[in-house]
Amino acid sequence: MKANNAPSKLSILTNGIIKENPVLVLVLGTCPTLATTTSVSTAIGMGIAAAIVLICSNILISLLRKIIPDSVRIPCYIVVIAGFVSVVQMLVQAYFQDLYNALGVYLPLIVVNCIILGRAEMFASKHTVGESALDGIGMGIGFTLTLLVMSTIREVLGSGTFAGISVPFFSSYNIPILTQTPGGFFVFGCLIALVARITHGKVKHAATGCGNCPNAAVCGKIGKEA
Amino acid sequence: MELDWGNLLFIIMSAVFVNNYVLQRFLGICPFLGVSKKLDQATGMSIAVIFVMLLATAVTWPIQTFLLTPNNMDYLQTIVFILVIAALVQLVEIILKRYIPALYKSLGIYLPLITTNCAVLGVTVLNITEGYNFAQSMANSFGSGLGFFLAMVIFAGVRMRTETCDAPDSFKGLPITLVSAAIVAASFNGFAGVVETLFGN
Repeated sequence: MKANNAPSKLSILTNGIIKENPVLVLVLGTCPTLATTTSVSTAIGMGIAAAIVLICSNILISLLRKIIPDSVRIPCYIVVIAGFVSVVQMLVQAYFQDLYNALGVYLPLIVVNCIILGRAEMFASKHTVGESALDGIGMGIGFTLTLLVMSTIREVLGSGTFAGISVPFFSSYNIPILTQTPGGFFVFGCLIALVARITHGKVKHAATGCGNCPNAAVCGKIGKEA
Repeated sequence: MELDWGNLLFIIMSAVFVNNYVLQRFLGICPFLGVSKKLDQATGMSIAVIFVMLLATAVTWPIQTFLLTPNNMDYLQTIVFILVIAALVQLVEIILKRYIPALYKSLGIYLPLITTNCAVLGVTVLNITEGYNFAQSMANSFGSGLGFFLAMVIFAGVRMRTETCDAPDSFKGLPITLVSAAIVAASFNGFAGVVETLFGN
């Protein structure tokens, strides 16, 4: 593996998992994080689907980074991402019908998942193909792991099961509200607070919730003008 | 085709209260957290969202019904919809800038944010998957936009309090905002049965 003999490459890979965790530190992709973590199986499905799109789009955008004119880069990225999302959507529909039904509208919505557009803009458009692929893998793993942690908390405490398997003790004492919407916001807030506590504020997360979203520049402008 | 006003009202009310886009379906969380700090920004953003949602539905529904479905090109839905929305937002921005500068000044800065807003793409896709006809789709889009508006305005009020509160250090900023969002969402859970009883057929 490339990652093993060059430390800088390794750091690109691990960056996405801990230091720049897309969900808990960069606060990107909050919508799918909150919506699909009601059960472990949908969360893993979502994580893997998004990771595949992220890796593929990172590679292609990195390949095309010198061809795409700067002024129309965002529409170009969106077309590339939408193409891969359609491919993933069809694959999931063909081979994992249950997952397809469970994810519903959130599957096509990977297109507007700001993790993918954010990495295209922040990383893939400035780095080589290999580095972009590693970044995609790292971010994908980080995203999937975060979804896994959050869905485990919500499913075990909320419905007393883990990936559909009944967990002793928790199955008789569960807190159903955690699988509903308020629980999503609550668990997410607590996880971000926990990360902030562990890192002692060394890792600064985005205060606005826009994070490294390509629109953050516009968001910031709104904040300043007001 | 006769319009069933009762049904349309039911769709709007469900979209505002029961299936509220932000608080029940988790769509459009980024602007919900990012632009809800001040009431006037929240209002401006929401009006822009309602406008783009209605416009996007008015364009994407005919495209899906008359172009994609008859030609067996349903698989192109995602690509076509996102491109249409992106182009539409650009077009609206240019038109507003050219002809209605006053409106552009108040809404223009929010428009680029809307292209990648999952609520807009979400509503157009959901209208198709729910099998709504054109009038129902428009009603659903209007209701969804209105629901977004309601959530933003309520939350802007809540946020003014949380900004000044003395939260534990690690909860400062985003975490306390999310926890208060959880409480606002919980309050919306109470609407679940009400709309069905009042407006359901």
